[in-house]
Amino acid sequence: MQIRVNERSWTVHAAPDTPLLYVLMNELQLQGPRFGCGLAQCGSCSVLVNGVETRSCVTPVSAVENRSVTTLEGLPAWYATQKKLAKAPALHPVQQAMIDEQAVQCGYCFNGMIIKSSELLSKTPRPTEAQIRTAMNGHLCRCGTYPRIMRAIQRASVAMAGGAA
Amino acid sequence: MIRRKFLKAGGALVVGFNLRDTLVAQEQPVRGTKPGPPDAKQVDTWLAIHADNTATVYIGFAELGQGASTALLQIAAEELDLDMSQLKTVRLDTNVTPNQGGTYSSASINRGGPQVRTAAAEARLALLKLASAKLNAPVEGLVVSKGVVSGTGNPKDSVTYGELVGDKPFNVTFTGTAPVKPTTEYKIVGTKFPRNDTPAKVSAQYTYMQYVRVPGMLHGRVVRPRGQRMYGAGAKIVSVDEASIRAIPGARVVRKGDFLGVVAENEWDAIRAAQQLKVVWETPPALPGNAGLYEHMRAAKTEENIVLERGSVATGFGGAAHTVSQTCLGPYQAHAPFGPNCAVADVQADSALVMCSTQDVYGTRNSLSRLLGMPAEKIRVQYYEGSGTYGHSCYDDVAQAAVLLSQLAGKPVRLQFMRWDEHGWDNYGPGHLGEVRAAADANGKIVAYEYQGWQHGWINTETSAQLTGVPPSEWPGAGTGVQGVNRLTCGGMYDIPNLRLVNHKLPVTSYLKAGWLRSPLDLSFAFASEQAIDQLAHLLEHDPYEFRQRNMTDMRWLGVLNAAAQAAKWTPRKAAASLSKANIVTGRGIGLGTHLTSYGGAVAEIEVNKETGRVVAKHLYGAIDAGQVVNPGFVESQIMGQMVQTASRMFKEEVKFDQTGVTSLDWASYPILRFDECPEVTAVVVQRLDQRSTGAGEECMAAAAAAIANAFFDATGVRMKEFPMTPARVLAALRGGKAA
Repeated sequence: MQIRVNERSWTVHAAPDTPLLYVLMNELQLQGPRFGCGLAQCGSCSVLVNGVETRSCVTPVSAVENRSVTTLEGLPAWYATQKKLAKAPALHPVQQAMIDEQAVQCGYCFNGMIIKSSELLSKTPRPTEAQIRTAMNGHLCRCGTYPRIMRAIQRASVAMAGGAA
Repeated sequence: MIRRKFLKAGGALVVGFNLRDTLVAQEQPVRGTKPGPPDAKQVDTWLAIHADNTATVYIGFAELGQGASTALLQIAAEELDLDMSQLKTVRLDTNVTPNQGGTYSSASINRGGPQVRTAAAEARLALLKLASAKLNAPVEGLVVSKGVVSGTGNPKDSVTYGELVGDKPFNVTFTGTAPVKPTTEYKIVGTKFPRNDTPAKVSAQYTYMQYVRVPGMLHGRVVRPRGQRMYGAGAKIVSVDEASIRAIPGARVVRKGDFLGVVAENEWDAIRAAQQLKVVWETPPALPGNAGLYEHMRAAKTEENIVLERGSVATGFGGAAHTVSQTCLGPYQAHAPFGPNCAVADVQADSALVMCSTQDVYGTRNSLSRLLGMPAEKIRVQYYEGSGTYGHSCYDDVAQAAVLLSQLAGKPVRLQFMRWDEHGWDNYGPGHLGEVRAAADANGKIVAYEYQGWQHGWINTETSAQLTGVPPSEWPGAGTGVQGVNRLTCGGMYDIPNLRLVNHKLPVTSYLKAGWLRSPLDLSFAFASEQAIDQLAHLLEHDPYEFRQRNMTDMRWLGVLNAAAQAAKWTPRKAAASLSKANIVTGRGIGLGTHLTSYGGAVAEIEVNKETGRVVAKHLYGAIDAGQVVNPGFVESQIMGQMVQTASRMFKEEVKFDQTGVTSLDWASYPILRFDECPEVTAVVVQRLDQRSTGAGEECMAAAAAAIANAFFDATGVRMKEFPMTPARVLAALRGGKAA
């Protein structure tokens, strides 16, 4: 089976009903999506499928055969395509904002947090606090970093609009 | 002539070189080839200076997301007069890093800081002696900047650390006389240096334990009943139907006693096999269930001991003008790491390599030694960060299970727990029943205080070991490691002449398996204790902040109380003085508490919906005095995490179990706080550079729990006696009126 991940085509050998997560982690050896619950409850396995945040732990690999999958690794390039930039930045503005706000503690949930907030900002460039809380509500953090994540999303929003980060 | 030995170490060349006597160079053992721990009195154990004038610091504390790896480097950089960019550290490894004890009890800076500071100071002294000889200038006259040593008389005449010892061992034993830098000269300690692990963590460059793979490995999963049963009863297998997974290619069953697992080349096959394997388990003995927990605890035969007794509580209560009492019913709560624990083990006939997320590599090596019947020095344990664990989650259990799977399968095995394994077989923070009485005289001085606490001990033997049949007599420390009634959190901040703290220790069997969960039992203690103090203030018609102030003289407790109150712009008034008839009401509360060190204060502003019973923390203010704070940014981050996690534990978290076993197995059956109910957080670090550093990772959760409970009273005029404060409990309390 061929799948398209981070703008590259990969031949995978997994059975078609294998959740995409295990293909990304074990066959493609990516370090963005990660196992959290296997039940689509927490968001640690999130990827973008055609730009839509998707839980890879419950998505059979066969379901993404003709779609474009973006993982945390491919996020800067995905952003560059969206914004029609000549060259991909080193980091998506949300990633940079998470550093600037020192939002991370253990960081395990940040794959999903960054994927989801990138999706949010691609649809709603200047979200209100209420919109951020609603959009992010399906993503859990056990360390309690929510306040800084919310600030980082707002910071990224300003940066993406061309303002000072 | 200088004889040099070039030795290969981890891809880098290390030059064997004797610092004190260059004519008799000695061959140095290469790092990583010999089982540790290395000698803690040797400078080489802690530090290597490289030829490019950078240094590697060998640290025995785990990075758990708290910033310890950066903060300990700040301490080393400060003492060595190096830039942070010149320092790096390495992975914890029983063949490489020193044994500083486990990374728990917020000890990284508290205990680890002085060790790293001493080692760095010893190294600096040794370097200055060398520079003195080289520059022909007295040690006292040398100055160092970014690892460049120069004489004050002639700054152009200088030498770098790298030139002095680049990649050669020091061979220096601690002198015990190396001077440490006065705090007034600090440039790096006390600053908000950014975390060194963040860039990798946000860009998929960080190798969490869950990503570690070794060649030829199998994937494993454990097979256990969903949800642990009564502690001590284990999970007894009646039969295993191996044919039930025959359709899954390459999957096979491994078993030792009641320890049961599956292995397969493909991870998804291992997961499916573990789910599909048909196992008949013995019916376990009946648990009280969480509904009957507190009655069961109160009726149990307990072992009493007095934690602290001062004056005479009988006399104190006898003559008091005002007496109040408060009960706390606190549930079992789960560590529930966001990513279930994971380990990779490669067990050979006479050696083992284990990669896992233990908070104590040497402690884990010892327990694996017992499990395998293999000498500890034949086992190498390496630490890889997983997701945050907040105490004794299943990181040791998963390491034991991986080791057993590897031994039984005869191949390296990677094991990640499933969500239900982690939630269902955790070492839960234990349930607690607390009863406090407090009394004040007519002038508002607290004159008597008594806290009686019912709880059972922590259990240090892992589930995997127990299931293999290790007899209970060999479960080390079963039930003994318990945080009893906390003398700091329970009244310890007030000047109370007559005080008694009593433990009622429950037997460990007939309950769930317990371990230390971030700020162990303190949320329960403070919930009861600080509500009682608030009740006294209310009876006396005092503002709760001022009432506390008038009963305290310890400047550091006063410091955090004042810091939290000032951050919240506290204005004095009696609690519950302006009760509203509206459906949605607001309240504010104040509280104090800590864990074993440091000082915590908090103010909570909450909103209660009296129709739905939903309570939301709108703004939490947390203040910590942890003495000298090496990195205030990290402590602010820790305070934020503690505030949010406390809100989660006070409003949401409760391990549910019925007579058979635990039924809280995932985020649906064990909900935690989400974005929609996340409070705004104001973190206040009370910096005291002249005081010893103490813990900051769990020291204001108790205060926040108390502040939330007191804010609820302020909003509603009703006292809660049980948490989490779920809508059902809140509605029941509101209907029951003041006695709830």
